[in-house]
Amino acid sequence: MSHAFRIGLWACGLLCLAVLGLFLGMAVGSQGLEPWFARHNDEVMRQIVLEIRAPRTLGAWLGGALLGLAGAVAQGFFRNPLADPFLLGSASGASLGVSLWLSLGGGTVMTVSLMSRLGLTGAAFAGACLAVLLTLFLSRGVLHTLRLLLAGVVVGVVLGALSSLVALLEPSVLQALQGFMLGSTAFVGWTACLLMGLALVLCLGLAISQSRVLDALTLGESTARSLGAPMTAARLILVGVLSLATATAVAQLGLIAFVGLAAPHLVRSLLRSTHAALLLLSALMGGLLLQVADLLARLVVSPQELPVGVLTGVLGGFYLLWRLQPGRESRP
Amino acid sequence: MLERCVLLLALWLCGGQALASITVFDDQQRAVHLNAPPTRVISLLPSLTETVCALEQCHRLVGLDRYSNWPERIRSLPRMGGGLDPDIESIVAQRPDLVLLAGSTRGVERLQSLGISVLRLEPRTHADVQRVLRTVALALGLHPAQGDRVWAGIEAALQSAARSLAPSVHGVRVYVEVGPAPFGASEASFIGETLRRLGAGNILPASMGPFPQINPEFVVRAQPDVIMAGESSRTVLLQRPGWTQLRAVREQRVCLFPPEQADILVRAGPRMDEAARLMAQCLAGKTGVRP
Repeated sequence: MSHAFRIGLWACGLLCLAVLGLFLGMAVGSQGLEPWFARHNDEVMRQIVLEIRAPRTLGAWLGGALLGLAGAVAQGFFRNPLADPFLLGSASGASLGVSLWLSLGGGTVMTVSLMSRLGLTGAAFAGACLAVLLTLFLSRGVLHTLRLLLAGVVVGVVLGALSSLVALLEPSVLQALQGFMLGSTAFVGWTACLLMGLALVLCLGLAISQSRVLDALTLGESTARSLGAPMTAARLILVGVLSLATATAVAQLGLIAFVGLAAPHLVRSLLRSTHAALLLLSALMGGLLLQVADLLARLVVSPQELPVGVLTGVLGGFYLLWRLQPGRESRP
Repeated sequence: MLERCVLLLALWLCGGQALASITVFDDQQRAVHLNAPPTRVISLLPSLTETVCALEQCHRLVGLDRYSNWPERIRSLPRMGGGLDPDIESIVAQRPDLVLLAGSTRGVERLQSLGISVLRLEPRTHADVQRVLRTVALALGLHPAQGDRVWAGIEAALQSAARSLAPSVHGVRVYVEVGPAPFGASEASFIGETLRRLGAGNILPASMGPFPQINPEFVVRAQPDVIMAGESSRTVLLQRPGWTQLRAVREQRVCLFPPEQADILVRAGPRMDEAARLMAQCLAGKTGVRP
């Protein structure tokens, strides 16, 4: 069986599972199977299946795919298997954006109007993007990987602390901020799906166009440069992809742990490939992981549900611990 | 003649429509339009649930958040999650005409995009409670005076609780803990307002914000005369450095309220009269003068 055929097979398999997941997602929820057996003209039950369950299941897949792709880009870019999509400070930036949005929401008429137009997701997206820009400013561009990494960590810590400070000064913000930090697919509608879908197509196309640079980077930066890879432009594009994919997912779903970290690892454990295939399969794997986690979150304590971020945190943590067992390090 | 009759009928219908439709404004002055008085209401905030019931409209409630627990007769109603995690699917399945919730509740935009009317209200002061009573009354198609009547009852109870206290209670400095972090209720909070109405002082000034997280050292320095907290804080209180030496602790001037009473104290709603009575009883009991 040729390598390309195996990759194609895996991609088709992951896509088929995602379609199956989509159908399952339309059958699972706090109302159980009732919407499926309701009268044909029952508008509310139709709304539950088509306007609530369908977009949230698709949204979980799209968000997971964005995080899986961002994880694969981050791990290739930083040449570190522990790199995750939130490495450039976007998660803390999104949290700060949300806490500021919530605290200023009770301010003057002008801020209220501005804030309501921006919306919670807009504030999270703006916060995540501004955090990455701050990281780029502090690292003086994208040329030095280590400096970029350190600046990302610093920005993450500082913005996280500022977000806590805002919550401390305005404790009424605390509950909503905590809700955002837990991550949930429950509030995803078709508009959010459209935004995430567009971001995924754009990011996947751009990332795959730079996959040869990521391949060259695995041999070290100086070797990559000596091979003639256009490093500056490629770095800018890859950081852009990482930021856009993460910011879009975080803005729509909140903080979802481990999907971006675990998806590329899972793909690497299934087959060895170049970055072009790794990026595509990581996106498909990330989507499937979050979709399954979302289904479990709806089922575990049904008819109530768990925030999906809690579930991915627990499951992803156990998975990585299992991967770290002696004898499994050879294929990180 | 026929044309004139049709015109009159149309005018009458339009007039009827205008009378039936309701417009109310939420905390941020956003208008919420309702075509008719809602008959299926969901409340996702305990103080709003209590407000609906205080207006004697409990029967319109078809779903609640998991924390609403008063009055007794609403306990069997279906639960739709909480402020952090409202269950959108369950809410839609109940076919509500109106959902009452706090401004900080997640998923408001999602509910609105599904065509559900949402009224965001979050009472934080006495004035807010009065305004929310009027707004909810209006939203339910009642006369706002009905909200005013409930408020008048609260006001009378506040005055009576204040009158019941001996002058020696006046100026007693109180620390009210609302969360074990610890979060306290300052003069700017509705609890602080009630204390002021009772003539008691508060160790947390308004400048700290309504419910500030405080350094335990602050309370040791301030030496409150009386401490009020939930029963759940019993062990935590004494574990804080220096708190066993607090005068109020040494002289057993600490009121620990059981959960059902703690709920009354921390909800800015129509049971603020009961809250005032509980605080007055505590103050009288701990300062040796019965109300």
